[in-house]
Amino acid sequence: MNVRRYPAVHPCGDSALTVELGDSIDADLNARVLALDAALAHDAPPGIVETIPTYRSLFVAYDPVETSYETLATWLTTRASAPLPPVAEGRTWRFPVCYGGEFGIDLPFVASHTGLSEAEVVRRHSGGRYRIYMMGFLPGFTYLGGLDPGLAVPRRDNPRLTSPAGTISIGGIQTGIQCLISPTGWHLIGRTPARTYDPARERVFFLEPGDTVLFAAVSPEEFAAFERRAEAGELVAEDLVQ
Amino acid sequence: MTVLEVVEAGPYTSVQDRGRFGGQRYGLGPAGAMDQLSLAVANAVVGNPVFAAAIEIAPLPARFRAVGGDIRLAMTGATRGMTIAGRAVAMNETFVLAEDEVLAVRAASEGVFSTLAIEGGIRAEPVFGSLSMHARSGIGAPFARALMAGDRIPVATARLREAERSIVPPARGTGPLRVVAGPQDDHFTAEAMATLVSASWRISATSDRMGYRLEGPVLAHSKGHNIISDGIAFGAIQVPGNGQPLVLLADRGTTGGYPKIATIASVDLGRLAQIPVGSPVHFTLVPVAEAENLARERHALVMGLAGAVREVGGGALSSEFLLAANLAGAAISGED
Repeated sequence: MNVRRYPAVHPCGDSALTVELGDSIDADLNARVLALDAALAHDAPPGIVETIPTYRSLFVAYDPVETSYETLATWLTTRASAPLPPVAEGRTWRFPVCYGGEFGIDLPFVASHTGLSEAEVVRRHSGGRYRIYMMGFLPGFTYLGGLDPGLAVPRRDNPRLTSPAGTISIGGIQTGIQCLISPTGWHLIGRTPARTYDPARERVFFLEPGDTVLFAAVSPEEFAAFERRAEAGELVAEDLVQ
Repeated sequence: MTVLEVVEAGPYTSVQDRGRFGGQRYGLGPAGAMDQLSLAVANAVVGNPVFAAAIEIAPLPARFRAVGGDIRLAMTGATRGMTIAGRAVAMNETFVLAEDEVLAVRAASEGVFSTLAIEGGIRAEPVFGSLSMHARSGIGAPFARALMAGDRIPVATARLREAERSIVPPARGTGPLRVVAGPQDDHFTAEAMATLVSASWRISATSDRMGYRLEGPVLAHSKGHNIISDGIAFGAIQVPGNGQPLVLLADRGTTGGYPKIATIASVDLGRLAQIPVGSPVHFTLVPVAEAENLARERHALVMGLAGAVREVGGGALSSEFLLAANLAGAAISGED
């Protein structure tokens, strides 16, 4: 028998809550999270501090002086139980990536694990079309769905304590863009010179959940040229809608 | 220009205000003061808006010099001895650090974080709406890292005044820290929830502004220790595969993939932050509505702190001071 479990609202202390719309990694489910986030931004009930849209849930930080869990849980449950106006299609970005070698030290492992050649891994990865499901953990870390299932590799048992800024990696059926130097359990297959977060840049962030990401393989020389432009404040990632 | 120069700073000493909001959807965490009540008390006594940026000082000793002018300061939070040129300086009371004098701050004798507020505040451009430093994000002002010897923090010059001011920090209870169940309490056994509130936990040595690890019994998951990554609140008690809880604090990552059994009530976060490594922690469950009421009471208390400031020597405060403090309070709450 089908038990209706969603939307499910849970308190996260007295100043935040999370509303779950499902329990899977799925583009339609994620689109509903973004639609609920947009409805909340549009109607702006009092007391909302900020939100974090994630794969299948919306985290809502609120000010208990101005509102309450009960008020917001009722609002969110009502809105999420009815059809939501779909959000406009996001932007499409193309990121330059230098694959393999010192830029992606796990490319040989990914190739051997998947039984593909390194060139074929690069061809499939850079040929993909990816949805930004969410950004989180550290500034600019971008979780992407849409990886070719033939490229899936389980996470490392022992996470690496550090990995370079701009790393493009594969973890399970996901791939991601990481902006900052950080620990990771994912497999490093390349690097992009584009900075998804730069506190010194006027546009500190430029990606949004729901945007589409494409990758274009570049040479180490091209990478170096892009990196100089990124240092000067350019996005480097190309906005294909403009 | 008047600057407060760092002569010596232990690790994890940094500029913090209330925190940075609006960036969590991009992975940029709020950072902000670990003990928000101490921040508010320190700012209130020097006459600043209650959530203005101040210097959060970790337990080790520190020294600061006034360069280019006199600076009025006040220290709150973790108890520590302070001297200027050998004479003792009291906590929770304003004092002037005259040009070229050095304030020597000893290691904390009780608590973890002290807050050093500067009359007139820190003069720096906010980054994404805040001066709060978050090292891993490379963000903060005037420095995007912890403070180091030689750093010069631009500040306001002390105003002329007849008397210094003091405040008695509000009492905040000694009972168990209050927690609200969830968001993933259904991922744990009933025994795990009972253990959370009955056990005596200890703060692990591997604790920092990102989170406090708790040592104690293992909390058993009922349906694995992986969830699809979701948002993380200040004070979330996350339980990874080894069953040892980690309370996520000011410098937490914005999202994570481990179940969170409960979340500490915001009113008790500052109390947790002030518990030193190796000391015991106890929890008790409260309904979300009760935690919200405590948060509202705390807000009223913080907004009324200016009224608790007294002139040292007993004189009443000028109406000008109270008016300025009230206006500042209104401006802050208008930003909510």
